[in-house]
Amino acid sequence: MKTKKTTKTKNTQAKKQQNKKTLIILLILAVFMFAFSFILVPFYNVLCNVLGLNGKTGSVSQKSSRVIDKSRKIKIEFFSTINPKLPWDLSPNKKQMEVYPGENMKTFYTAINHSDKTITAQAVPSVTPGIASKYFKKIECFCFKQQTLKPHQKIEMPVIFYIDPQLPKAIHEITLSYTMYKVSVTEKE
Amino acid sequence: MTQHHPKTFITYCTRWLYTTNHKDIGTLYLWLSCILFFFAGSFALLIRAELFEPGMQLMRPEFYNQLVTLHGLIMIFGVIMPAFAGLANWQIPLMIGAPDMAFPRLNNWSFWLLPFAFILLISTLFMKGDGPNFGWTMYAPLSTTFGPPSTDFVIFAIHLMGISSILAGINIIATIINMRCKEITWKKLPIFIWSWLITAFLLLGAMPVLAGTVTMMLMDRHFGTSFFNAAGGGDPLLYQHLFWFFGHPEVYILILPAFGVISEVIPTFSRKALFGRTAMIYAIVAIALLSYIVWVHHMFTTGVPLTAQLIFMYTTMLIAVPTGIKVFNWTATMFKGSLSFETPMLFSISFIFLFTIGGFSGLMLSIVPADFQYQDTYFVVAHLHYVLISGSLFALFAAIYYWIPKWTGHMYSEKLGQWHFWLSIIGFNITFFPMHFLGLAGMPRRIPDYALQFADFNMVATIGAFIFGFAQVLFLIMVIKTIHSGKKATAKVWEGAQGLEWTVPSPAPYHTFMESHHENQKNHQN
Repeated sequence: MKTKKTTKTKNTQAKKQQNKKTLIILLILAVFMFAFSFILVPFYNVLCNVLGLNGKTGSVSQKSSRVIDKSRKIKIEFFSTINPKLPWDLSPNKKQMEVYPGENMKTFYTAINHSDKTITAQAVPSVTPGIASKYFKKIECFCFKQQTLKPHQKIEMPVIFYIDPQLPKAIHEITLSYTMYKVSVTEKE
Repeated sequence: MTQHHPKTFITYCTRWLYTTNHKDIGTLYLWLSCILFFFAGSFALLIRAELFEPGMQLMRPEFYNQLVTLHGLIMIFGVIMPAFAGLANWQIPLMIGAPDMAFPRLNNWSFWLLPFAFILLISTLFMKGDGPNFGWTMYAPLSTTFGPPSTDFVIFAIHLMGISSILAGINIIATIINMRCKEITWKKLPIFIWSWLITAFLLLGAMPVLAGTVTMMLMDRHFGTSFFNAAGGGDPLLYQHLFWFFGHPEVYILILPAFGVISEVIPTFSRKALFGRTAMIYAIVAIALLSYIVWVHHMFTTGVPLTAQLIFMYTTMLIAVPTGIKVFNWTATMFKGSLSFETPMLFSISFIFLFTIGGFSGLMLSIVPADFQYQDTYFVVAHLHYVLISGSLFALFAAIYYWIPKWTGHMYSEKLGQWHFWLSIIGFNITFFPMHFLGLAGMPRRIPDYALQFADFNMVATIGAFIFGFAQVLFLIMVIKTIHSGKKATAKVWEGAQGLEWTVPSPAPYHTFMESHHENQKNHQN
């Protein structure tokens, strides 16, 4: 006949095994949630791109549209912001234009490096309203690569774009804004 | 405690350092949270002192920002969470008839991580470049690009706190699932235990996300990444999403154990079973699940698209439903009950009333167009303190008054309890009710100085804060007194008390339920 002590030890052993199993499952859950927070990063970017949120436009060149919609015109405004750490000026040559959806348009931004050092900067575009960013297609843009300017150099940088004719009928105005960020500074020899 | 050890200073220290006893560890958690409560509370009084009148009288704005940041971080991670963990440690084994927690040594480590984490956190105040000054929410890029050097130590401290919580959560889940005695079936599981079981799962789901987020902060600061840096292709808004994906479940972690406590205390002092027990349990589960899909309501004004605003507005309003069910059920429990108004009951009844006010301001905040007015104003400060103080803190007070006779073997002084209670609710309401109006009138939060039209209500709030703050000294006196003296408590303590913890003597012996309760009963019958 099993003594009380043997039954108790068996029960304790059984509980210890169960506890160990639970511990491992829960540790895996915790580690999974940690990894999940990192997975959320590309997930966030994908969602923003797919839904056209956050004003993000593509960072690669896109093909021209085959169709031009002559039934309406969209007003495009051009805007720029310089990050305070960057001693440059960035301004659009043309502040606004009217375009037909589907029509390729070209405009320029002028950048000036006011400092005594060679500086590399990155332009990051943003489109408002956010929902329109999906339909703002860039064929060529100075934002696709970093720009390096020598001390006091001034350049004109092109943007070639079109508005996708699929743009919702309710949108009549789109603003394209660039923010210029400092990437690196090369000290003068 | 065991009678056999020679009592020297060294053995006293090593007892507390090495203990694996759930009662000892519960006590340690509660004392840590008490010390940090007064510490972070003094920060609050400094803040309110500065805000007593317009103009900067006491400190630089930079220091004010550090006070605000640390007040938040310490109250959340150092007071409320450890205090509920202390309750969990003391009560879970007692209420389910288990001899101890599932992993007693892990339990010890979960606790001892915390003093180190908080020494590290508080030491940042004395570091070169000053302590953290970006609010407890630590938004990028203020915390990443512009944060002082001490920010890295804040990140490390948060990692330690996170590990502590995660391990404690694992311990609690394993204990509740595996260590219940035969008598405590799932159906008979006390509501406080249910609330901690679900809270522990929330902890496991949310804290690792915070750990990931602060790791990304560290990487942006020192390893050349650009998670939150637009220049490198990242997005500051990503920080907010990640933080609040953790942050919202976190506030439910802070309140669900409180719900559990109230569901224990009210039936006892109503001498009536909890109304709608099953619905109460399902409501906790519903709240926990919903808490994962509301986080954007902290970001309504950041430019997220209208569709997102609407979805999250609806889900946020939805959480009011199970919460409302709980409020109604607590009230229904009291209805036609045989009520008595000892201090735990006083705190519990005021919980129902005042937490509901906090819930109402929460509902107001959930409405997107209205939130555009309230966001980042004192309206939010009023809301959060109504739910955290008259919610979490008052439930903690109720729990401690309720269970301290079991822990110490002495009844607390009812007179002290009553004084503590009344001064607390009067002081609390004088402090925070005017803040609703300050917010509606447009006073922003986290500012060290304010426009003249806000002066009167700020003065009132400061007076209330000092009343509330000093009332807490009465609580400390009560605790110390009760540990050492007081009328001897019976095993049952309260006339209407039900549950396994009331079957053991008061004070609870160092080791309880060493054989299963079932076997214990059988043996005593023979």
